[in-house]
Amino acid sequence: MGLPNKPTWELLAEPDLSKVAVEEYNYDALLVGGGMACCGAAFEIGKWLPDGATCCMVDKASVERSGAVAQGLSAINTYIGENTPSDYVRMVRNDLMGIVREDLIFDLGRHVDDSVLHFEEWGLPIWKQKGDEGKSLRDGGQPVRTGKWQIMINGESYKCIVGEAAKAALEEKGYDLHERIFIVKLLLDANKENTIAGAVGFSTRENKVCIYKAKAILVACGGAVNIFRPRSTDEGKGRAWYPVWNAGSTYAMCMQVGAEMTMMENRFTPSRFKDGYGPVGAWFLLFKATVVNGSGEHYVKSDAAKAELAKYKPYSESAVTPTCLRNHLMLFEMKEGRGPIFMDTAAALNAFLEQKKAEGMDEKALKKYWKELESEAWEDFLDMSVGQAGLWASMNVEPEKVGSEIMPTEPYMLGSHSGCCGIWVSGPDEDWVPDEYKWGYNRMTTVNGLFTAGDGVGASGHKFSSGAHAEGRMAAKAMAKYIADNADFAPSLKQSEEELKEEIYKPVTHYYANYQATTHEMVNPNYIKPRHMMERLMKYTDEYGGGWSPYYMTNGHLLEIVMRHLQWLREDSEKMAAGGLHELLRAWENLHRIWTVEDHLRHIQFREESRYPGFYYRGDFMQVDDKGFDEGGWKCFVNSKYDPNSGEWTCMKKKCYEIISA
Amino acid sequence: MPSFVNPEKCDGCKGGEKTACMYICPNDLMVLNPDEMKAYNQEPDQCWECYSCVKICPQGAIEVRHYADLAPMGGYVQPMRGTDSIMWTVKFRNGNVKRFKFPIRTTPEGSIKPYDGKPSPGADQLGNGLLFTESADNAKATATPSDFD
Repeated sequence: MGLPNKPTWELLAEPDLSKVAVEEYNYDALLVGGGMACCGAAFEIGKWLPDGATCCMVDKASVERSGAVAQGLSAINTYIGENTPSDYVRMVRNDLMGIVREDLIFDLGRHVDDSVLHFEEWGLPIWKQKGDEGKSLRDGGQPVRTGKWQIMINGESYKCIVGEAAKAALEEKGYDLHERIFIVKLLLDANKENTIAGAVGFSTRENKVCIYKAKAILVACGGAVNIFRPRSTDEGKGRAWYPVWNAGSTYAMCMQVGAEMTMMENRFTPSRFKDGYGPVGAWFLLFKATVVNGSGEHYVKSDAAKAELAKYKPYSESAVTPTCLRNHLMLFEMKEGRGPIFMDTAAALNAFLEQKKAEGMDEKALKKYWKELESEAWEDFLDMSVGQAGLWASMNVEPEKVGSEIMPTEPYMLGSHSGCCGIWVSGPDEDWVPDEYKWGYNRMTTVNGLFTAGDGVGASGHKFSSGAHAEGRMAAKAMAKYIADNADFAPSLKQSEEELKEEIYKPVTHYYANYQATTHEMVNPNYIKPRHMMERLMKYTDEYGGGWSPYYMTNGHLLEIVMRHLQWLREDSEKMAAGGLHELLRAWENLHRIWTVEDHLRHIQFREESRYPGFYYRGDFMQVDDKGFDEGGWKCFVNSKYDPNSGEWTCMKKKCYEIISA
Repeated sequence: MPSFVNPEKCDGCKGGEKTACMYICPNDLMVLNPDEMKAYNQEPDQCWECYSCVKICPQGAIEVRHYADLAPMGGYVQPMRGTDSIMWTVKFRNGNVKRFKFPIRTTPEGSIKPYDGKPSPGADQLGNGLLFTESADNAKATATPSDFD
């Protein structure tokens, strides 16, 4: 066997740039991403662009199984149905501790159901109430609701179905789809100030750089995962709760061209089944399970828990306790030494059986009923988190006999689930929307022609899969209008083809210039491997930025230290080294992670309070300061902006308007 | 629980137009070694266990072995995905086996015609907030907050 001083990747990267092809494209509209939001945009945009217009969707994976829904889902968490968009705003506002963009949420609530109706039309099985089996939602069929907003589905093929519709729509319109191209950088126009002109990326299948010019671009490629040290640090770090391939690309690429960000201090630290990260929603809502502490006590009902919640009025007074506060109570219990926390699955399932027995159900019928119940419980995992089913099998867990541990995970950044970090975008151009919230084109960022949706849009969480799809559609229509209004605009790039190629392939040229300096390619004083970059990032964010190991606690002093490390990481990223195309993908992903986390921690530094107890704490500012913008308090947005000309970052407060009455 | 490939069953999709697992993996993990005509997972600690490769493999050559750093050995979950349903076998460490079958879609794969029977609103509608499938008499789609005061 030879020395381990050579790259072992199956698809090697080419250091001789003369052998790296460059392809240039010119489109009216470019869709960056391939998840629910971009699939929504692909479906919508063809109906609004004029005949002869051009469009391309670029996905770093395959649309059939890309994005957060790749594995499947067992529920659609946003279906308004019989509810009103105003009530939807109230729910989201309270869960996110008061600071949200109500215009965006209301707007989403108006349109999200239309996407759900289409999913069913395309072939997604949606559970119906007894008597309504086979009757579509459109025809008045009543879905099985688990909560006010959620409906149950057989969602193993959810993304395959939605992706197929998107691809068919692109094809029918003669638009392009580029898969396995990873867009890593947006490009501003050479002549027109603060205006998007294109994007650049590379193929993960062949040595090829792709440069796109476009009049309008939608960037919707998910949130950020593997940014804080995960609880499982070897193979198990792949078992992230959110998709492990979401690298913060949406946030990083948009902030790098100067897009204003909002609420980037927000993060989501979901409490999930320990280690397998299986979903808990169905257990809470469908099976009515409760969480208990190590002694079997229903701790959320305790006086101590009530006293904790009382600190966070008015948010804690709502019928549904905000997600972060539920975490807070769990952490409180764990820190008091009363863990572990269990989901009492056994009590929940047996309660159903006891109820049926009491109603006089006979043994045979009871057996059949149990089979259905058991099947529903396992499907919840098998549809969307197979690894949890595997872990139960590995540990001989039968949920009707024993409970399973629940644990808050490492933090994630996202804008579509129970989190709300993201980009500051224009709301709809309507009278009821405050002037500071709108600048002409719905879901356009503060960069002309640059749009986002799904996890990209900040301050409006709880969209989930259906909302992300609908929001992609809303953004696509606004893009079409922007393109029509700017028909004469011809994008031109500042950088030459050669400059871009050199920049994209820098980790490759750096690797091959240095890899033979040692006898092991992983240990080399002249470069850093992407995986080491990620591990270092996760170590320091965890220890100083409020990860799980210090129980999500940070403060001004700790943040100063992690900001120094981020600065060094940024400097060292110049020396990232990639010997293969897959490693080049990782190099760029980790650069995106570093930028995303830097903005996250800058926001946490700026906001001198602990707005989301249970997600993170500022030890030096433990309270929620609910005075508004005009009173100098923190019930306001924190926005940030990176200036691509000066390289400077600024944070600022922005006023938060209550549009929907309490 | 990263995916792994059984070398006895994997034929590198030599008869197909693409290597199925390599085509589908959302995280760019599965690759084909053309010399051996076998696929493998090139970065197991970044595997989400999404089972996309397991489900698509025409040879049934891909399985998943639990994450070594958290799971006791012996648990096993394997699907068989058909055109309208999926069958799961769950084998416990203690040898118990459970089987489940769930529907996955109600239409044939490849049959979606997204624009059939759908409206094509004119350019004059570009300025309003309605999606192309929403009509102007859709009360929810055209609502404003004052409608619910």
